[in-house]
Amino acid sequence: MSVLPYLVAGWIFLVGVYGMATSRDLVHAVGCLSVTQSSTYVLLLAVGYRKGGTAPVFSDIAPGSRPVVDPVVQALALTDVVVGATVTALLLALVVQIAKRHGTTDPDALSELKG
Amino acid sequence: MSHRVRLWVLALGLLATAALFAAACAELPPFGGDRHPYGDRAVHAALLRHTANTVSSVNFDQRALDTLGEESILFGSVLGTVVLLRQTRDEHRTAPVPTPVPAGTRRYGLLLLPVTLLIGLYVVAHGQLSPGGGFQGGVVVATAVHLLYIAVDYRALERVRPLGAYEIADAAGEAAYVLTGAGGLLAGAAYLANVLPYGTFNTLSSGGTVPLLNAAVGVEVAAAVVVLLARFLGQALEIEGDEDRREGAG
Repeated sequence: MSVLPYLVAGWIFLVGVYGMATSRDLVHAVGCLSVTQSSTYVLLLAVGYRKGGTAPVFSDIAPGSRPVVDPVVQALALTDVVVGATVTALLLALVVQIAKRHGTTDPDALSELKG
Repeated sequence: MSHRVRLWVLALGLLATAALFAAACAELPPFGGDRHPYGDRAVHAALLRHTANTVSSVNFDQRALDTLGEESILFGSVLGTVVLLRQTRDEHRTAPVPTPVPAGTRRYGLLLLPVTLLIGLYVVAHGQLSPGGGFQGGVVVATAVHLLYIAVDYRALERVRPLGAYEIADAAGEAAYVLTGAGGLLAGAAYLANVLPYGTFNTLSSGGTVPLLNAAVGVEVAAAVVVLLARFLGQALEIEGDEDRREGAG
């Protein structure tokens, strides 16, 4: 089944969104956002895969001697991993401050405004 | 909106997305197929510019402007985290009490610290040759420093981690990337164009500007991860609010 890897990426995305929407804890919601984001890595790498392909690095193989997988999507996934980690850190810092100011990390309990 | 209605709306949205996505997947080229026009062209361009690691060539040469954007997101997130996790007026700092570390943990932690640091620097330096580069190597370097926290204690970590210097290094990494790009303008080419000599294929000095941009990213990522972890550790170990103090007293 040649579309299965793409469907797996979609499944991870949906699971992450479901988790975010039904989350009762902001830390859990941030974790679910990371899961949602990692679905894009699976999709990108699935798009770039080539049967029998190896890493697009020519330090130990002669150029043209073997098929290589798509380096463009790998580059996209690679930068996204580090950027995603720091954005997650920023969101967790927000959660730390919310927990301090409001004494809760339940998003449903944060409906009222505080001065 | 009640909880039940919300779940129904969510289910509707998820099912619709799933249906659209599955329909889109059916139109995608088959998995593992041989047609990768962008990939083939990227490999060709990387070889023309004497960069053995095509992924680095894409990141730091062919798509260098996009990487500048991604690096700026990283820089901005770290800045935001530093602002959010600062010590506020109603909080105070207490020195954490050191706890004894098992001898085995201490031994292996201290043994692996220089090894990890060296591997991290190796991964950054060989970004244009072998799998790796500034993003991955920077994270490894930053984690190596924190082995000191696991193996010894927080005070030992603080001694090798002058936070101000790391914050400056973070900014300097970003600045180095921007200035290397401006070097292209000075040479009469486009911003972030690869204007340096390409060097000999498969040696450390190959790739033109790729190793420079790679090193700039390595410095920034390493400093950024150290600053991030320092802020979170500070919140967890040092900073205490009024409420904590009252609870502690009561």
